[in-house]
Amino acid sequence: MGYPHPPHPRETVVLSQYFGDADARTYKGWVKRGGYQALKQALAMDPAAVTEEVKASGLRGRGGAGFPTGLKWTFMPREKKRPHYLCVNADESEPGTFKDREIMRWTPHALLEGTAIAAYAIRAEVAYIYIRGEFTEPYRIMERALSEANAAGVFGTLRVHLHRGAGAYICGEETALMNSIEGKRGNPRIKPPFPAAAGLFGLPTTINNVETIAAVPHILTRGAAWYKGLCLSNPKSTGTKLFSVCGTVARPGNYEVTMGFPLKDLLYDLCGGMPSGRTLKAVIPGGSSVPILDREEAERTLLDYEGCVEQGTMLGSGGVIVFDDSADMVYQIMRLARFYAHESCAQCTQCREGTAWTTRILERILAGQGKPADLDLLLDLADNMTGKTICVLSDSCAAPVVSGIRKFRSEFEDYLSGKTKPRVAA
Amino acid sequence: MAEPAPVNLTIDGVPVRVPPGTLVIEAAKQAGVLVPHYCYHPGLPVAGVCRMCLVAVEKAPKLQIACATTVAEGMVVHTQAPDARKARTGVLELLLINHPLDCPICDQAGECELQDFVFQEGQPATRYAEYAKRFNPVEDFGPDVLYVPNRCILCTRCVRFMEDVASEPVLNVSERGDRAFVGIHPEARLDHPWSGNVVDLCPVGSLLSKDFLHKARAWELDKTPSVCTGCSQGCSVTLDVRDQTVVRVRPRPNLAVNRYFICDHGRSHYRWMNGGDRIEAPLVRRDRELRAVDWDEALDRARGIIAGAGGAAVALVSPGASTEALFLARRLLSRFAWTGAYQVVKGEEAPLPGVPGLALRADRAPNVRGAELLGYSRDYDAALRAAVGAGVVLVLDDPTAPVRTDGALIYLGTVLPDDAGVRGASVVLPLANVAEEDGTFVNCDGRVQRYSQAKPAPGMARPAWWVLGELAADGTEPAPASAAEAFARFANATEGAAGLTYAALGLSGRVLGSGAVVPA
Repeated sequence: MGYPHPPHPRETVVLSQYFGDADARTYKGWVKRGGYQALKQALAMDPAAVTEEVKASGLRGRGGAGFPTGLKWTFMPREKKRPHYLCVNADESEPGTFKDREIMRWTPHALLEGTAIAAYAIRAEVAYIYIRGEFTEPYRIMERALSEANAAGVFGTLRVHLHRGAGAYICGEETALMNSIEGKRGNPRIKPPFPAAAGLFGLPTTINNVETIAAVPHILTRGAAWYKGLCLSNPKSTGTKLFSVCGTVARPGNYEVTMGFPLKDLLYDLCGGMPSGRTLKAVIPGGSSVPILDREEAERTLLDYEGCVEQGTMLGSGGVIVFDDSADMVYQIMRLARFYAHESCAQCTQCREGTAWTTRILERILAGQGKPADLDLLLDLADNMTGKTICVLSDSCAAPVVSGIRKFRSEFEDYLSGKTKPRVAA
Repeated sequence: MAEPAPVNLTIDGVPVRVPPGTLVIEAAKQAGVLVPHYCYHPGLPVAGVCRMCLVAVEKAPKLQIACATTVAEGMVVHTQAPDARKARTGVLELLLINHPLDCPICDQAGECELQDFVFQEGQPATRYAEYAKRFNPVEDFGPDVLYVPNRCILCTRCVRFMEDVASEPVLNVSERGDRAFVGIHPEARLDHPWSGNVVDLCPVGSLLSKDFLHKARAWELDKTPSVCTGCSQGCSVTLDVRDQTVVRVRPRPNLAVNRYFICDHGRSHYRWMNGGDRIEAPLVRRDRELRAVDWDEALDRARGIIAGAGGAAVALVSPGASTEALFLARRLLSRFAWTGAYQVVKGEEAPLPGVPGLALRADRAPNVRGAELLGYSRDYDAALRAAVGAGVVLVLDDPTAPVRTDGALIYLGTVLPDDAGVRGASVVLPLANVAEEDGTFVNCDGRVQRYSQAKPAPGMARPAWWVLGELAADGTEPAPASAAEAFARFANATEGAAGLTYAALGLSGRVLGSGAVVPA
């Protein structure tokens, strides 16, 4: 099995250097490629110094929120009175996102090494890697890599557990993930308390995304300054980022570029542009939970945390979903809403009932049974669903609805007026 | 340890001062504001899921839920801010999407928090309109609990009660999204001895008591504060009475005893209060038969018997009698060499793990401690032996007493005794039961608590404190004119209780000193 595409010259290959190289999956192969040097280096340092280095690199969370990683680590109690935990979020379930899967498939030891370093920095005795249930192949690869690493004794006293999810999207939410590890229903918890105060099993916990953790060894071996220097636009967004591009591009796949890379170039240059005769219509740049960009916005967007916010969206997980001019945006948005209605954990009223209601309204619009007031109803419902719940699943359902109606209102109106032929919302 | 400094905040313009750590929703109560809520319950861990109690807090970036926000110095809360109102109206609209409007046949109607808050803050019509509502059939959860999933708003109070308070997590939230419902473990029943509380906790008519099913509409009920008679724990309860019949017993919050809960034994232990087998007139023995007479004649006869009796006196009392009655019975026989005893039905203990010190107690009577305080003994057999040769035997509402005596027998009770021995009484005086009189019980922890009259006594039956007070009245001290006065006399004769009054007992009672009663 080879990796789908050779690196494009404009990619900055750091995390994806060994994607497609099966030998890098083995412990021996990883060591041969310089693996576990960063861990040795870290263990020779003070844990606080490791954190400082990560802080200085400007690394920010790659799971979606973009919180500065080093700063997050400093939230762990300074005085260690109780056991500390590290959780690695490998529950990559965000529609349109498939970067962590590749990291685990090709470079499992990069993740394990980063895990060991992070655990050392936050003085954790136990680390959990929570892998999405559907990721059977990555799980097998990680399992093998873990047993090799354990046999080689790389973790010292640290215990690393792989924990398989059971198929719920919401378990990728950090506190739901902790509940899931604890054997409880994967419901997000109210914050505060934040995980650093009371996380897994009520103990101080740090949780990081796979891609974040996998970047840590590189920061140690090549230095924070090098990492910080990987920046094409805003200095607050540093390093490289994997973008999972899917939808109507010639070459979908994972692309690793430096922060601040233009989205336009990613789509037209790296991914080979739209299918012939088609033009770009819309892009969801950060996984299904972020607002949709229309063509003009997308072509202006620089891919970093600030660049996306500037265009009214978010970098999110880096799952880039591309729509060409043949896309039916009403249908696409209904599909997104239906996903959230299916995955709502059912705790908060707005999310439990609101995601389902949103889906039904969109379905009836598609079926030609929409009412003139439906768009205002959807927007008002979205307002009731935004910023009012425990986690952001409800907001994530509302975001594409609001941005979709704002940017593609005529498509909705054509369904309402009968100009567009009704379709079965399958 | 010094008290931590209180926190000052403002809620809807009203300044309040509360201990640090108080939740905004509780602080709001002090400001006279009830923030609408469903999942929050002071007796349960905070879930923060219904999102009904959203309020605006100045300087906070978005609306906060009052049930999970802790007060802070200088905090300014606006419960009626337009965005908070809109958010709550939105939640109500969403809750009503799948809630059937079957209030006319719902037991909860009239005491339903969904009705109340929709009336208060909801909108007149839904925009959800034409879709069918979620449907799931009614489930039989346990001996006394039905689950009507269609009405469920998934506040999870029941789930949290079973998990965190009863420590028997047989309920969960099953499924996700709008398909969710409260599920029960496939091999379990909701039969924990305290599981009936889920019915009270349910803010809507989703969890119903089979016992109360379709018995009454909430607005037909008269509610009276009382004390549970099921065991010596003495949980505070409310008696719900319809047409002079007790139809339901519910917990009455008392943080010092039962918090917000009662056990299923106590909940179901009320039918006897409505029994039709009551003595309705005083009876005196004439020509070997008990004949109905008026109170004056019956009291005269009883006084005469006691005045004329020599030798010893024995009192066989019910540990379910009021403290006032037990005290006055003791006082009545104070000139005799005296033996007093009670018998108590025993049962299995059933603690509620989430509330330390709260249990269904083995002694299944409410005033065992009161009887002990007043010198009545548990050695019932010794009292029965003493009764044989006693000059006078007083039986206080103990219809099963197998008493044999050569002396005179006076029986005071609610129902006619089963035992031939007691049926041989010279005088039978009809008493009101616990639902028909005012009085107090002393619980197993020495807490004396009031209960109040919830319905009239049948026929000529009178409260025991009145009957015994009349019998004991002599020239020096008139009979007490009220239960309160009878209690004051008891208190003044009790070490550590002097000066204690009904008013001072309030709704949650007071712990008596450990001192024994000084019989005067």
